[in-house]
Amino acid sequence: MIIIGERINGMFKDVAKAIRERDAGVIHEWARRQEKNGARYLDLNVGPSSAEPVEAMKWLVEVTQEASNLPLCLDSTKYDAIEAGLKLCKRPAMINSVPAEAAKMERVFAMAAEHNAEVICLAMNEEGIPKDAENRVALAMELVATADAFGVAPDMLFIDPLVLPCNVAQDHGKEVMETMRQIKLLSDPPPKTVVGLSNVSQGTKNRELINRIFAVMAMACGLDAAIADACDDELMAAVATARILLNMDIYCDSYIDVFKQG
Amino acid sequence: MAVEIQKEKYRSKVGEVVLGATREQGGTRSHTITVGGESALPYLHFEGEIPNRPVVALEVWDMVPEEWNDCFKQYYGDVFNDPAAWAKKCVDEYGADLILVRLKSADPDLKGSSPENCAATVQKVLGAVGVPLVVIGCGNNEKDNLLYPVVAEAATGENLLLGVAEQQNYKAITSACMAYKHNVIAQSPIDINICKQLNILIAEMSTAMANRIVIDPTIAALGYGIEYSYSIMERARNGALQGDKMLAMPMICNVGQEVWKTKEANLPVAEEPGWGEQEERGVMWEAMTATAYLQAGMNVLILRHPRALALVKQNIADLMKSNSY
Repeated sequence: MIIIGERINGMFKDVAKAIRERDAGVIHEWARRQEKNGARYLDLNVGPSSAEPVEAMKWLVEVTQEASNLPLCLDSTKYDAIEAGLKLCKRPAMINSVPAEAAKMERVFAMAAEHNAEVICLAMNEEGIPKDAENRVALAMELVATADAFGVAPDMLFIDPLVLPCNVAQDHGKEVMETMRQIKLLSDPPPKTVVGLSNVSQGTKNRELINRIFAVMAMACGLDAAIADACDDELMAAVATARILLNMDIYCDSYIDVFKQG
Repeated sequence: MAVEIQKEKYRSKVGEVVLGATREQGGTRSHTITVGGESALPYLHFEGEIPNRPVVALEVWDMVPEEWNDCFKQYYGDVFNDPAAWAKKCVDEYGADLILVRLKSADPDLKGSSPENCAATVQKVLGAVGVPLVVIGCGNNEKDNLLYPVVAEAATGENLLLGVAEQQNYKAITSACMAYKHNVIAQSPIDINICKQLNILIAEMSTAMANRIVIDPTIAALGYGIEYSYSIMERARNGALQGDKMLAMPMICNVGQEVWKTKEANLPVAEEPGWGEQEERGVMWEAMTATAYLQAGMNVLILRHPRALALVKQNIADLMKSNSY
């Protein structure tokens, strides 16, 4: 499973302040720390309160690339900000994200095709998040088919079945895992899958434990990537171990370090 | 309608290691040899690049190899006492791509030769032939750890392939290779996990050494568990092509040593009339074992019999003919 480092996000106070004050040091530090601990993409999100999302995203892309060569995952609901960021990315990036809504898919898949970007696709539409696996998979199919029409191949897509907090929507957990299994049957090559890992533990008292248990359970269902805290050593060790148990990496005594080094 | 043939796509490739150094590069070799670099499974030229052909070494000892079968005397009998002349004969008459010098005489149970004597032997061989050298110790860890720095220093600039590092004994040889810029053989006992771990341990001592490792996965002769060694190599190659950098090194194996221990190679025809003439049988056993390992992705083969070498080189030439489409 690929870890997309979640820490450069304006939801965190230090990052919000750094964006406001254009303090590159904070961003450099988080980019390096996440990469060193095994992140393979870096998520960039200017935060919901940014007054100038386009300019802030451009700045984030530029300063992050000063500190790390990892591909970037541009995370915004404002597609102008994502498009401005894509133009500055030195390597093909990932767009985070698009729901199964016609107008948004049109905008995002056209942009993805132009910039050779991967896309995180949300299994939801105007009506919200489906309750069961069947309807999540139906939305995934809609996303895969629409992307194909724009020339974006299925393996450029990361379908997010959308995880909800286990304390408020406990019945969704199993549905999400079933969705992950079924998504792999949609096409050949199949789309990839991703989750925003920390959603599963929002508002609970054992956040890290719940995150890492869910991560390994989801990996067993075929999960390819997670937006997660790459600096959570226990999580990274659990993911590295699950990769060994799933025969994705060849075992050696230093397998955790090897996973972190990529 | 044209048929579209499915081809496997690999994410990564095997690293390249250069053996030897010419005068311009600080050594005295007439040429260098590059091994590894393949970006597809063995000889699937249609799926990737196989840029460097496998190479074949003949084995030279620094003392008379009393235990070798008598059939070797007609080829090497006149030079068994002189490693330099022996090496020269292997290259000039028998066409060895490179020479493996085994410093057997250092063994305290045999002659117990000093590190300085061993270094002098290596220098004599370097003076006698232009091909790159592989140099390995006597097999006694304690003694070998004294040999490595002296031999490595005496051959400074020659970019040797020095062996062998093992999981429980890799620091002295790795330090010697780091200090005098040689390549190292990392040997694991038919065990993919130890193979990978040893490469990591060596790379932790110096990141530059990560690109100077040649894996010895340890092999068995035909009939003695060849399928175990083969499957370990297969896993290593698949790992390398899927991006596992700690398994993406070229590989070397000691075919001659293993084959010429077997009864199939050695028993006189009088004892087993149904098996056919002994020398012919030994040559075939050595060549067959070697060609099986070529199919598993072996990059450097160490042989003993010159006729087996000729057969294997012919097989390599056939395998290197492109089958791309």
